[in-house]
Amino acid sequence: MDLTYSPEEQAFEAEVRGFLRDHLPEDLSTKVRTHRELTKDDMDRWHAILNAKGWLAATWPIDHGGTGWSPVEQHIFEEECCRAHAPRIVPFGLKMLGPVLLKFGGKAQQEEYLPRILDGTDWWCQGYSEPGAGSDLASLKTRAVRDGDDYVINGQKTWTTLGQHANRIFCLVRTSTEGKPQEGISFILVDLDTPGIEMRPIRLIEGGHEVNEVFFTDVRVPASNLVGEENMGWTIAKYLLLHERTNIAGVGYSLQALEELKSLATQIKRGGKPLIENPLFAAKLAEVEIDLEAMKLTNLRMLSEAQKKGAPGPETSMLKIKGTVIRQAINDLARRALGPGAAPFPSEALEGNAALVPEDHAANAASYFNNRKISIYGGSNEIQKNILTKGMLG
Amino acid sequence: MDFEISEDRRMLADSLGRFLTDQYGIEHRNVVAYEAPFHDPVKWADLAELGVLYALAPEDHGGFGGSGFDVVTMFEQLGRALCPEPVLPQLLAARLLIAAGADLEPLLSGATRYAVALGEIDAPYALDQITTEAKEKGGDWQISGRKSVVYGLGAADALLVAARHNDRLGLFQLDPSDADVTTYGMIDGGGAGEVFLDNAPAALLFDEADAALQDALDWGALALSAEAVGAMDAANAMLIDYLKTRKQFGRPIGTFQALQHRTVELGIEIEQARSITTLAASRMGTDQQSRTVSMAKNLIGRAAKLVAEESIQMQGGIAMTWEYPASHYAKRLIMIDHQLGDTEFHLERVMADLQPTP
Repeated sequence: MDLTYSPEEQAFEAEVRGFLRDHLPEDLSTKVRTHRELTKDDMDRWHAILNAKGWLAATWPIDHGGTGWSPVEQHIFEEECCRAHAPRIVPFGLKMLGPVLLKFGGKAQQEEYLPRILDGTDWWCQGYSEPGAGSDLASLKTRAVRDGDDYVINGQKTWTTLGQHANRIFCLVRTSTEGKPQEGISFILVDLDTPGIEMRPIRLIEGGHEVNEVFFTDVRVPASNLVGEENMGWTIAKYLLLHERTNIAGVGYSLQALEELKSLATQIKRGGKPLIENPLFAAKLAEVEIDLEAMKLTNLRMLSEAQKKGAPGPETSMLKIKGTVIRQAINDLARRALGPGAAPFPSEALEGNAALVPEDHAANAASYFNNRKISIYGGSNEIQKNILTKGMLG
Repeated sequence: MDFEISEDRRMLADSLGRFLTDQYGIEHRNVVAYEAPFHDPVKWADLAELGVLYALAPEDHGGFGGSGFDVVTMFEQLGRALCPEPVLPQLLAARLLIAAGADLEPLLSGATRYAVALGEIDAPYALDQITTEAKEKGGDWQISGRKSVVYGLGAADALLVAARHNDRLGLFQLDPSDADVTTYGMIDGGGAGEVFLDNAPAALLFDEADAALQDALDWGALALSAEAVGAMDAANAMLIDYLKTRKQFGRPIGTFQALQHRTVELGIEIEQARSITTLAASRMGTDQQSRTVSMAKNLIGRAAKLVAEESIQMQGGIAMTWEYPASHYAKRLIMIDHQLGDTEFHLERVMADLQPTP
């Protein structure tokens, strides 16, 4: 048993750290550190920097412009990016559609779309959930009917994250109502400029706009935009969700958030002493640190297993459940630490001498509320438990 | 033993509840609660017209209530409607003005709105850490310091401030225009602000105010507990309705045992919250007042967090949206714990008094 990275992995870790130190723009890391909203331009800029280094598509093979990194190397890269407060890589093209096209897409689709993902020409978004199809995704109703060389799409998608920045959407659509619901679903690529598409913003609990509803009315899409065979969309969807769940533990985010929380707890004063010396608060902080230390290793154990087997398995559900619960517990403490100072909407009027909490933390309550989503999206924790139940209890 | 509320309080609950249902629907609430001045001055006047503020004070001070049960009855209704009107500061001010022997009529009629400035950045809850200072010069008082997250500040016509002089706490009244004031909205709706005092002129209401200030804070914590009970009832009703109507996998999601048991746990915690709040209300004015209020505020903090987080999780994405009222109930339920002492603060107060009964 050896719990440390190999010498090669350690060298890689140092290389990533050095690159981030030299190339991550400070205005971007400041925004991430202080939980400010990133613009499309911010995210495009960071993608371009990584792409220039050849580090943008961590999960793709080298001959398609990817890194060819092992799961452990991917993990090291993610951890270092979190530590350096780098913007999150927008996952829809790079981590979701890319792997799908590499596994199920035709050569023409790979050649057309993969380079455009890398160079930022295309920004993809996801059309999976519908108002009536959330946890029960297979019950989706958006129809795609074959008409000559086209499909005609009618229906509604929702929770489309960052759709406001996108020019394309990949969708799960119903192409058959025969047999089991899973057997009549197809995976199709749609240009958002096609007539008949309307995108409307959804305002979230803390006031932010990051998700959208997308309405399709008689939208004509070339049949060549189908990925894989007609009615094999469910297989593709499951493959994509599995990829979405790698790194779902978010250990890097949690480690960073815990460090910020500790720093905050030394700055906040209660009863004349730093909050971190308050036994009730310190006990909660220590507990979450214990959970996170264990999580780090659980994550590495499963990563190592995936590296051996070549693919992540259902155990990623465990990482998702525990990982999100720990992140939310840290967000909870970061909000509570501020006391009444957590209440104001982050306001420019409260900066400088008027600040009532350390400025990096003015959005702690908003972050806490926003991050209630992480145990809901990508398959809610309840759905993850159903997956694990099948494995454990049959 | 009788757990029915009295006829008078039933009428108070009914008339306030009806007013809020008719006049303060959630859509209106979500407009006014998040835009300056973070409440609705017209509805405030209507609320005052209804006479409900008189329930904040006993008869010998010009009111028609003033008991723990009156306050609980009133704030449960305000919580049910997520009402952002600055009623809480009026309760604190009423208790302080009673202690000062001052005239309550302008407050009870709604003509004068008070804000009560106690907490500071490093001392949000504990009175003994207050550093704002009062100085006397030839009979005139001046105050210097900073008061933080003063609820209802933007709406206030008069400001009550706790300040230290000669190592004692005094209670002062001042005109908000004599202070440097920054107001803002809160993430769960309603308004608050910062008060910067630099030798601001003030009138001394009374000296050695520690006990009266603690009493006012106890009443405030009781009111917040009741507000949370009302908000939890409403949030839970919304959740149960959703579980019965939302279908996935071909059936209402409320038929899944994994959700049923969690919903039942919320129901149990809400009843516990109601009980401890009722107990605290019954002990106002007794030597058990502070301790029982702290028990209530602690239990409320835990129960409200459970209800807020579980109702979001069980309703799923829809409860993460601004448009769906459950999200606003969740925000209020979480943020009540940031007002007048959080679960840990009140736990420490209960911990300090854990001697076995002789």
